[in-house]
Amino acid sequence: MSDASFVRSEMLSEQDPPPTSVGVIGWLRANLFSNWWNSILTVLCLAAIWYVLSGLLGWTLLSVWNAGSLNECREIMIASWGSTHGHACWGVINDRWLQLLFGFYPPELYYRPILAMLLLFAALAPVLFADKVSPRLLYVTAAYPFLMPWLMWGGSIWTPVGVAAGFVLAYLVGRKLGGTVPGLVLGIVSAIVWWMLWLGLPVQSEVFGSGVGEILVVGLGESLASISPDAAPFWLETVESRKFGGFMLSVLIGVVAIGCSLPLGILLALGRQSNMLIVKAICVGFIEFIRGVPLITLLFVASTLLNIFLPPGTNFDIILRVMIMVTLFAAAYMAEVIRGGLAGLPTGQYEGADSLGLNYWQAQRLIIMPQALKISIPGIVSTFIGIFKDTTLVSIIALLDPLGLSNSIRADTDWNGVYWELFAFIALMFFIACFGMSRYSMYLERKLKTEND
Amino acid sequence: MAESMHDTMVDREIDRRKMQVSEEVAIQITGMNKWFGMFHVLRDIDLTVHKGERIVICGPSGSGKSTLIRCINRLEEHQTGQIVVEGTELTSDLKNIDKIRSEVGMCFQHFNLFPHLTILENCTLAPIWVRKIPKREAEETAMHFLEKVKIPEQAEKYPGQLSGGQQQRVAIARSLCMRPRIMLFDEPTSALDPEMIKEVLDTMIELAEEGMTMLCVTHEMGFARQVANRVIFMDDGQIVEQNEPEEFFRNPKSDRTKLFLSQILGH
Repeated sequence: MSDASFVRSEMLSEQDPPPTSVGVIGWLRANLFSNWWNSILTVLCLAAIWYVLSGLLGWTLLSVWNAGSLNECREIMIASWGSTHGHACWGVINDRWLQLLFGFYPPELYYRPILAMLLLFAALAPVLFADKVSPRLLYVTAAYPFLMPWLMWGGSIWTPVGVAAGFVLAYLVGRKLGGTVPGLVLGIVSAIVWWMLWLGLPVQSEVFGSGVGEILVVGLGESLASISPDAAPFWLETVESRKFGGFMLSVLIGVVAIGCSLPLGILLALGRQSNMLIVKAICVGFIEFIRGVPLITLLFVASTLLNIFLPPGTNFDIILRVMIMVTLFAAAYMAEVIRGGLAGLPTGQYEGADSLGLNYWQAQRLIIMPQALKISIPGIVSTFIGIFKDTTLVSIIALLDPLGLSNSIRADTDWNGVYWELFAFIALMFFIACFGMSRYSMYLERKLKTEND
Repeated sequence: MAESMHDTMVDREIDRRKMQVSEEVAIQITGMNKWFGMFHVLRDIDLTVHKGERIVICGPSGSGKSTLIRCINRLEEHQTGQIVVEGTELTSDLKNIDKIRSEVGMCFQHFNLFPHLTILENCTLAPIWVRKIPKREAEETAMHFLEKVKIPEQAEKYPGQLSGGQQQRVAIARSLCMRPRIMLFDEPTSALDPEMIKEVLDTMIELAEEGMTMLCVTHEMGFARQVANRVIFMDDGQIVEQNEPEEFFRNPKSDRTKLFLSQILGH
């Protein structure tokens, strides 16, 4: 009988793995103590973690909360522990946390940024959790870009309504002309004409000259000066841009930059792939220029240089200028991230869409972008996080973001010399926001993955 | 005796196939040339496809057969000559191109299903967005064609969860949902495991029997014998020989064709 011939007479049944390879013991053995060298490393690492944590926890927890100044803090420390070393003085946060959050925004109007923040969550929910939240909330999302500036800067409700009406007009004109290129151009032109006319009408008060209104039209203030605030319904007291500060400012700039840079980045990425030579050249030029220049340079341009190019007498709101610059900066990076996603798609997807008769924009919207954006999620969220943290750079052009505020808090004799506690608090706030974004991106990746395979 | 009986059967079969073909012209290609850069990939192509014709295009790789059918729905652009599809000439006019593409269905070697959409959504997408058909109706049509390709139970799954053969049948159903007048197949079975080829070919045979105008690039000579009423052999970007399948396989005229057939039928 040949050895090559073999027939199994009965099939083996399934057996449990050995107990040392499963459960807690199995995990410990596999991950921490797999051999003597790894065991030594594990013990050393645990010692290092203990050393760092004991110092950090002592500093954080054995600390002073109720003190009106740094000196008072130190006295309490000496009375309690005999030394000022190794103890945090959280009194500064206790004393100034409202300022760190809102800057110099009038305290009696704090409800407005808080409301804007709550509405932000309501506006984001249907976008971020489309499968769990009623799509009716999308109305909030649509209204938010117009409601938010009104809540933050105040003034007449008619300004955001007029601005929104301009968009509606552009849409209607564009649709009437069948979504063609001349339709698009005419739509934009009609919206601009509408805004000039609308904001030129004496509906608002002169206060709006320093608010949202003035940023759009030169010398508008004079024509608006004639009407009193009481004449307009839903009037909100105006708050000037220089009173904005703290996390409110960071979140404001961050949210606008994040919200606008994604669509702009998509258009730039598509433009860069376009067959139209001039469109492509403009997009490549823009992306390469912006990426080749530090953000701080762009911010300086926004704060000082821009006035040279604008007509004399124009008062272009500084926060809006910064928002535009940060958005453009983020959009250039976003475009490259999305281009990476587009490059990751097989050409078969374009051909599949083409062969069914979908036109360019339909193919992009329904087939290409959903997949390209999915591939790019980690890169997109990285850019978002980077941009949100970069908002602290505005302290360099004298806007009072949390870091800028920490300087002005130290300028007060009470708190002269407080560094760690302020920075720790600011770091914690940024960490919460950025970690949240990071977790969301992982959730989104997981969700989109399980649906596909 | 047996030989002649076989001949009459073949003749009858050919007659039957001719019956289905109308005089109406579906695709008219005249003097068409195409280059990839400096490479002359299609040379002086003249081809008339009548309504209801089933044409199989074969030839060695690089002979331009895929490029030829991709020119018919403008996935590739030809440089000289004329292509008229269902009375509309293919020019750079985007409206014409989208119109022709919605009348001409295409199946690819790698299926090109949309992985982020369910099978049903794959099938309803183009009817809803291109034909502007209400969603309900598009879904009913899609289920009808999914039943036809015998996978209605997979409608809610994603393409990644299906076997290659099933994916290709979905791709066929997806094209049919647009109610095309012409179907193009670009090596639809080349990427499939052997046991899945049959299920796709069966679907295509069924389609052919219903009188669909089909152009099919394939090496499945059994399929060509069974359903084609014309086989075209291409080499070096030219149509070298075309004939009715029985004659083509039994009695090839050119040496290139003989060589090609001996290579693919030899084993």
